Order: sequence, then structure tokens, then C-alpha cells
Amino acid sequence: MSLQRNKIHPHKYSLWIAMGSITMMFIGFTSAYVVKRAQANWFTFQLPFIFWISTAVILTSSATIQMAVKQFRNRNMQRYKQLITLTAILGVAFAVCQWIGFKQMTDMGLPLSGPASVSFIYVIVSVHLLHVLGGVVALLIMFGRAFRTRVRTYSAVPIEVAATYWHFVDGLWIYLLIFLSIAR
Amino acid sequence: MSNEATLHSQEVIHGAHAHDHGHDDHEHHHEGGFISKYVFSLDHKTIAKQFLITGIIWAIIGAFFSVLFRLQLGFPDATFPWLESILGHWAKGGRITPEAYYALVTMHGTILVFFVLTAGLSGTFSNLLIPLQVGARDMASPLMNCMSYWAFFLASVVMMTSLFVQTGPASGGWTAYPPLSALGDASIGSKIGMDLWLISMALFVVSQLLGGLNYISTVLNMRTKGMTMTKMPLTIWSFFFTAVLGVLSFPVLLSGFILLLFDRHAGTSFYLSDLFVAGKALPNEGGSAILYQHLFWFLGHPEVYIIILPAMGMVSEILAVNSRKPIFGYLAMVGSMFAIVILAFLVWAHHMFVTGLNPFLGAFFVLLTLLIAVPSAIKVFNWLTTIWKGNLRFTPGMLFAIGFVSTFISGGLTGIWLGNSSIDIHLHDTYFVIAHFHIVMGVSAFFGTFAGVYHWFPKMFGRYLNSTLAYIHFWITLIGAYLIFWPMHYEGMAGMPRRYYDYSSWESFKQFTDLNHFISIVVIVVFAAQLLFVLNFFYSIFKGRKVTTTNPWGATTLEWTTPINPGHGNWIGEIPEVYRWPYDYSKNGKDFVPQTVPLSPDEEKEGH
Repeated sequence: MSLQRNKIHPHKYSLWIAMGSITMMFIGFTSAYVVKRAQANWFTFQLPFIFWISTAVILTSSATIQMAVKQFRNRNMQRYKQLITLTAILGVAFAVCQWIGFKQMTDMGLPLSGPASVSFIYVIVSVHLLHVLGGVVALLIMFGRAFRTRVRTYSAVPIEVAATYWHFVDGLWIYLLIFLSIAR
Repeated sequence: MSNEATLHSQEVIHGAHAHDHGHDDHEHHHEGGFISKYVFSLDHKTIAKQFLITGIIWAIIGAFFSVLFRLQLGFPDATFPWLESILGHWAKGGRITPEAYYALVTMHGTILVFFVLTAGLSGTFSNLLIPLQVGARDMASPLMNCMSYWAFFLASVVMMTSLFVQTGPASGGWTAYPPLSALGDASIGSKIGMDLWLISMALFVVSQLLGGLNYISTVLNMRTKGMTMTKMPLTIWSFFFTAVLGVLSFPVLLSGFILLLFDRHAGTSFYLSDLFVAGKALPNEGGSAILYQHLFWFLGHPEVYIIILPAMGMVSEILAVNSRKPIFGYLAMVGSMFAIVILAFLVWAHHMFVTGLNPFLGAFFVLLTLLIAVPSAIKVFNWLTTIWKGNLRFTPGMLFAIGFVSTFISGGLTGIWLGNSSIDIHLHDTYFVIAHFHIVMGVSAFFGTFAGVYHWFPKMFGRYLNSTLAYIHFWITLIGAYLIFWPMHYEGMAGMPRRYYDYSSWESFKQFTDLNHFISIVVIVVFAAQLLFVLNFFYSIFKGRKVTTTNPWGATTLEWTTPINPGHGNWIGEIPEVYRWPYDYSKNGKDFVPQTVPLSPDEEKEGH
């Protein structure tokens, strides 16, 4: 055991590779965006303001999940359950904000089938949203596990994996928002 | 042991059944029912067999499709009434229709590239060999591994379904270039068949990612004590690099497919612009079809290395074992694989020299493409020096490994032609390209697979394949492959384009009528030889000669320290420790020294 102490847990390792993989997918999207933008007839418009609110929401949720990890380590299970529930709710709130953003764009006369610069926003934002919702599902599973009585897990690895992933989709959104704001 | 400690260290089980989980840490014998043992198995060895058998089934289908379209190419005027009885209106009057021809060509490419040589090859051997050769009880996440296979299975079901829909499967080429693939009205092969193709490929990407994550994680984290990275067999290095390539490039392909799906169904115009279909102008404006090609080939090029690297790794191992000599230039082998991985990401535009790519940019891609010749040549040199003056044992696995080196050289050399953007203007989309990639990627990767199957079949099933059938299989395949693809170089240099349905209507290609005739006949013979292998494979699983010793080839690697038919968990008792690199053959008067043997005092003095 003592030899293995400083070794990273294989599941955490897998997560890091998975995050690299997801990053590559968004690099694919954003490179396509850059290539397309360099071509003629690029249409520019303002991003809906609500995307900034959703940013605040997801940043808050990153803070709550980090607190949840801390509570789990302290075996403060009541607070832990509350915090992961809160995080999941914030995740859903983020999804609602993005959805409202799509509505606003459609109402502004910028539907999905509009110019490519508009379509890109819909596609990139919704693929990112799917990843956030995947995180919500993971949190629901964690929540269910916290109520198990027969098998009790003292390993912080699952919640740490979930938290790392959550910070990742958070960071990914901030990257996307900055990218989409600058490369208009 | 260490890995289980890491995995389960903090899980505490309360209640009456606490011991269920505790005591099997050493042997991991989950004596489950049929379903958990053979169907949704978590054992990497069973999953490997599932990948292999699914791959074999796909290979038969994919190869049979090539026989069908070779009939059309070799005998454009003949009719084969039996074709109508199996293909119905797709072969009216016994002649394959143009639509069916394109569908067959497309599916042949898709099936062979993705389902056979990606899933069937690296899926099988990464799963089988990574835990066995690094000394792990199973993958980092056996559940994800199982999901990887079943995602592949689902992808297979969807792809298989697409063969039977009324408008036929996708038929716009395995690359699925828009606008043809994006517009359902453009061809019948772009209707529901194309959607099923995209869904199937998305599932396939998921399968590859789940598998790849596991392979990387296992190689980096689950090695047994003493197994440092530089003591790993080259097979493991190759699977590791393959997984890295897949994990980084498949997501980009997926993003390309997602945009294509939106173009097909949501009215977006990522790839579409200024199009007329059936005399009507489409509303799509401002898209770029070339964008898809960039996204596609960013995967597409690494994909050819995803196919060939595992074959390279297995060939390195099999050549060393059967030459009774250490591999020549171990670190150079690892280094050249690493160089190939890096370069693989930097050469995608060489598939696009004639798309109007800026010639100045093209020059860089020419340079980077030709640079790949350096690591490839290092590898070839090392294989040849490994068998040089070796004590060669011509087992079937060894023959196929040597065959691999042969086809890799002859197919690789033509890559130098095609990598030049100016020569490519003439050769692009001709039979020269077909000849090049079939020899260097198709045939070579198949040779690597066959070498692997013949070599590790005893580990998989505890029995040998029949050698006589294996030798017949080898010679027909080797000679046949050259007879099929060598002449295609001449056709390509004469300008004969690929993907055409009937060359007899072109005056300039009438000179090749007899050659095409000849190629098609050889195709049928080679296909029959592959069926012989399939027969051998399934017969030997049940009736093959039994393996009587744990280490039939006298190899040094860890998989041969397991029992003849290892259970789930691979080793009974402790996982062996590793003290030396895997290529101690003919050393200090000993035929071979397994990795588990501690260094002798003399060796320690030499400074290992």
C-alpha cells in the first residue's frame, strides 16, 4: 500500500483522459468555427445576455460541489446531500438559462437554420449542455448512493471524480463563451 | 495486488453478506451464469473474444461485398442470375445496379476500416493483451470495457439494419463527403441509410472512446510491480499509442458528424452552399463542403495509424519470439511510434491537395507527410535486423509477421509518390491510391491481425489452430494480395479513376479489360482462402490440438505465466513481479529468460 499512496486512482486518470477527449471535440467545433469565419459572408450578431447569467449559475455550482467534496471528507453526510442536490438544481437552472438564450435568439430572428455563425452557437452550446446534463445524471446517482445502507462507501473518489468533471464543464463553458464573444 | 488495493481500498461493506466480496480478491472467480460469463462479461479476455468474433463476421461481410463489386468490375458485360436471387432488384437481370455498386463500395470501406480493422483489431488485442502483458487482473474499469463492446455491438446492429432498408445503405463513399451525404434528394443512398450510418458511427465513436480511455488508464496505472514503462513489450506500447490517437481524434470526427446531422435535418448550412438538386435551388447558403473534409481527415489520417500501429506492435513481438533474438532497437521502436503519433495529427491535408488547398500550405503538408517515412523506415530496418541471422521458426504467426513487413514496405513506398502534392494531381482518386492504401493499411493490418490470431490463439482458447490450413491460408493470401493490388498501380498511373461503375465504356481503359478480369478472379480465390481461415478458427476453438504447456512459444512475456485457460483475474495467487525487459532471448547461453526471473549477479553488474 505504502508504495501506491501517491499513485493517482485509475478512475481519476480515466476522467482526465475523457476530459482531454471532450476538449478535442470542442476544439473540432471551434476550429470549424474559425475556418468558417475566415470565409466570405460571415454574419455577426450579439450573443443573448442570459448566457452571462448562466455563467454565474454554473460558477456558483462549481463552488457548491467543491463544498460538497469537503463535507463528504468530513463525513458530514447531511450537508453533503444538501450540497449535491443544490449543485444538481443549479445544473438544471443552467440548462434552463441556455434554453431561454435559444428562445431569445429565435425571437430575434436568428433561428437554427439561419446563417452558419448562428447555427454554430446552437450546436456548440447544446453539445456543451448535454455534457452538463450528463454531470447532473452523475450527481443523481451519487445522491442515490448516499442513501444506501447495506454497502456504505467511505471512498471520496466518486465524488471527487464528479467534482472534477463538474469544474471541467464549467471551465469549458467559460472557454466557449469567451471564444464565442471574441470571435464574432 | 496493488491495483485492487487502489481500487477497493476504501470500500467497506456492512451487513450479512460482507464476505461475498472480500475473499475473492485473489482469484476473482465470479462463477456467474451463462449471461454474465459469455454475454455481458466483464472479463477482458471474453470481451476480446467478443470483439474478435464480431470482427470476423464483419470481415466476411465486408470482403464478400468486395467480391460482389469485383464481379461487376471484372465482368462488366456478364450476368450472374444468382446475384438477383440474393440482392433482388439491386441486381436486376443478374447485374449489380449502379446504386448497389456504390452502396457495396461504401459499405466495404466502412466495414473494413472501422468495424474490422479498428474494432476487430485493436479491440481484440488491446483487450486480450494489455492486462495479460502488463500484469493486471483486468482493465482499470471492466464495466466501461464491457460497455465499449456493447456500444460497438449496437453500432453493428444499426449498420447491419441499414443494409436492409428499402433505399439501401449509405452509398456516398466511406468518407461520407457532403453535399452528397447531406442531401437526401441527391441519391437514394443519402436517405435513411445515411442517417443509420451516422448513428452507427456515433455509437462506434463512443465505443472507441470508452475502450481507449480504459487502455490508456490500464497501461499507465495498472502495471505490476517492476513493470516500468521501458520494460513493457512493444505490443503494449503500440496499443497505448493507438488508444491515444483514437481518444484525441475520434471526438473531432464526431463533431464533424454532428454538424452533418444538423445539415441533414435541421436546415443548417455548415457544409452546404449554392446547390441545385433536380433543377431546384436549395435555400442553403454560405456553407463549406471543404470544412467537412478538414474535420473528417483530422480523424481520417490518424485512423490509418490506429489501424496499423497495433499490427506493428504485434509483429515486433512475434518476430522477436520466433527469431529467438531480442528486438533490435527497442527504444528506437518506441520513439518511432511516438513520432508517428505526433506526425499523424499534422498531415491530414495531404488527402486534400486537389480541393483548392493553397499550394504554399500544401508544401508544408508534403514535408510533414514525407517525414513519416523516417520513423517508418526505422521500424522496417529494426524488423529486418531483428530477424537477421535469427534462429527462425516459421510458425504461421511468424509467416504472417514477415508478410506484414513485406507488404508494409511495398505499400509504404508508394506513399512517397502520393505524398507529393504535384504527383498527387495526377494520381489523386485513381487506382494507384487504392493500390497504395490497400497494401499498406488493409493487407498489412490484416497480416498483423492474422499473425496475432495465430500467435495468441493458444492463450485465447487453450488450443492451436491447424497449421496446414494456416500455411495454405498464408501463401494464398500473400501471393493473392500482391496479384490483386500490384496491377492496380499501373491502372492508376494510366489515369484510371476509382469509384467508376463500368470501365468498358471508356476507350482509354479498354486496355485493362483483361487485367480487371484477372484481378477479379484472384479476389475470389483469396476470399475462399479467408473462408478456410474462418473454418479453421471456429473448428479449432472446439476441436483444435490442445495446448499442453503454459508457454508454447517459449516467450518471455507475462501472459504465458498464466494457467493455460486463465480464469477471470488471470493469475492464481499473486501477480508475478517483473525484473527485466521482455526481449531476453538467446542470452548468456539460455534460449530465453522470462520477465519474471530476477537478474543474476552477473547481469546486475552489466547494469540493467
